[in-house]
Amino acid sequence: MTELSKTGAAVGEPTDPTTAGKAFLDVRDLKVHFPTDDGLVKSVDGLTFTLEKGKTLGIVGESGSGKSVTSLGIMGLHTAGQYGKQKARISGEIWLNGTELLSADPDQVRRMRGREMAMIFQDPLSALHPYYTIGQQIVEAYRIHHKVDKKTARKRAIEMLDRVGIPQPDKRVDSYPHEFSGGMRQRAMIAMSLVNNPELLIADEPTTALDVTVQAQILDLIRDLQKEFGSAVIVITHDLGVVAELADDILVMYGGRCVERGPAEKVFYEPRHPYTWGLLGSMPRLDREQQDRLIPVKGSPPSLINIPSGCAFNPRCPYADLPKDNVTRTVRPELTQVGSTHWAACHMSTEQRERIWTEEIAPKL
Amino acid sequence: MLAYLIRRLFAAAVMLVVIVMVVFGIFFLVPKWAGVDVATSFVGKQADPAAVEAIREKLGLSDPIFQQVWEFFKGIFVGRTYAAGGDVTHCAAPCFGYSFRSEQAIWPVLTDRFPVTLSLALGAAVLWLVFGVAAGVLSALKRGTLWDRTAMVVALGGVSLPIYFTGLLSLAIFSYGLGLIDAQYVPLEDSFSGWFGGMILPWITLAFLYAAMYARITRATMLEILGEDYIRTARAKGLKEQTVIGKHAMRSTMTPILTMLGMDLGALIGGAILTETTFSLPGLGQAVLNAIKNQDLPVILGVTLITSVAVLIANLLVDILYAVIDPRVRLS
Repeated sequence: MTELSKTGAAVGEPTDPTTAGKAFLDVRDLKVHFPTDDGLVKSVDGLTFTLEKGKTLGIVGESGSGKSVTSLGIMGLHTAGQYGKQKARISGEIWLNGTELLSADPDQVRRMRGREMAMIFQDPLSALHPYYTIGQQIVEAYRIHHKVDKKTARKRAIEMLDRVGIPQPDKRVDSYPHEFSGGMRQRAMIAMSLVNNPELLIADEPTTALDVTVQAQILDLIRDLQKEFGSAVIVITHDLGVVAELADDILVMYGGRCVERGPAEKVFYEPRHPYTWGLLGSMPRLDREQQDRLIPVKGSPPSLINIPSGCAFNPRCPYADLPKDNVTRTVRPELTQVGSTHWAACHMSTEQRERIWTEEIAPKL
Repeated sequence: MLAYLIRRLFAAAVMLVVIVMVVFGIFFLVPKWAGVDVATSFVGKQADPAAVEAIREKLGLSDPIFQQVWEFFKGIFVGRTYAAGGDVTHCAAPCFGYSFRSEQAIWPVLTDRFPVTLSLALGAAVLWLVFGVAAGVLSALKRGTLWDRTAMVVALGGVSLPIYFTGLLSLAIFSYGLGLIDAQYVPLEDSFSGWFGGMILPWITLAFLYAAMYARITRATMLEILGEDYIRTARAKGLKEQTVIGKHAMRSTMTPILTMLGMDLGALIGGAILTETTFSLPGLGQAVLNAIKNQDLPVILGVTLITSVAVLIANLLVDILYAVIDPRVRLS
């Protein structure tokens, strides 16, 4: 299988050191572990992916699958300002535009934060400082990275607020976050993230805290802005509907690892991992006429201290007994190629999975 | 903002009137109901009945309650004339009456002693703010380290040890033992260095207690704020850590600290009884302690009113500051 990985040229698989950093964002074997009194929490345990500029990657998974930890890891926010506490243990490689972030000088990474990589957070009310106006916060974000006077920065802030669709931006720039509605706050947050034209934008559950009607507007906005700025975007969500609208590629995470990765249409229409099937089965669909019940994934997400041996998904997988010799419970499956740029980590044979998907799963969705 | 201010000012004025009435009620009516005769206690137990009667009339103690309150109010603002027979005493505004014991007018006593208490409170406040907040922030940033634990143990000591213990200890060491400081109160107008030398131990003693409380509050608040999402946002913007802490986190941490500061200063201005007594500072606290010992009602009344006004003003300042710091307050 590792042979396949090495030659899987399409997405530049991890084990080839000569291509390190060639992709715009190149994450290799990223591990983020947190030592706690109860044991080592392996929030992310060997994650590899690449992302080119102008493309959108959707990272999907349940709570605790390591999505947010991954994004904070890329931003370097696990190590910045962690006082007194036992720090996160991070290993692997994160290449952004040819710079390896984990071994770089922390101050260099700090200067890249906000300028080359920016982040949109889940709850814009708690993510904006309640005591400063929207304008002050955007101006600050701009002036960290641009040596301009306050007036110029303010103009820029108004321009950005206008761009993200906030009416009367020259007045609203002096409003406080609590004077904005939820959707407006998220727009302001996006304006703040994009004020420095970052090449990488990470949106961590950008619509979870918002009304359904506002969600679509925000997603449209992110898509439009991406086209305009040509940045690479990572959208992190537990909502497959969100990535269906935005993502070029999808990475499905389970228990801190990638279980399936590929182009969005492949992952949606030819998924090759039972967990992805479960996610698709539990997604409400408005484009289907008949759908009696959602099919939930049975059980709960694995403990990240005691990740099940073998395949982490095996206790919840209805097909865990199909592969021979109890291999699902003893050997951890590696990602294997199931299409030209489509990868999945499952012990079942590709043919077996293809058959189960087309005969058993797809008809029920 | 202006409407908010006017509302607060109006509320403060109403509060003041209520306080005067309640305090007056407690100190003049309760003895009456309890069967203690104020006139007798003024004159002395072995006085002849005629003298007691004369005093009763002079102080207006047999007048109806509301008239007494009114006279008292009027005295504060326009002065008051006590008259009984041919014996006429005029008490100029602001008149708080006369001490039962020394027969001095109350107001000059208060104005003499107020600067002592004020300088004690303000000097100590500067010390405890600087050291308490700094220790609290450092402890929060170095949580779980030796520094944090040491600082918190010292703070626990500061909170638990009474002032008459730490005060006497500091006197014993620095003044009597080492002879470094002449712990004698000298008015500021006489000699700055003398005043400073006399105040330094009271300041440190009082500040130690409060610094301990402020360090603990600051640490707890700072730890809570550091976990806020907007602190993560500040880091995600690429801000330097010192800006994240010094600007974003400190701004939020200062809110509860300023509230506490207002309350504490207000209460201390009414007299730091223990500190003033321990160090023999001629402040309001010492005056009120003596007045309580001697059942000198007019002095107690005067000091209580000053304390109330100080707390009210402090409250008002805190409310205004709150609105300046936290934009969400301005709306309500």
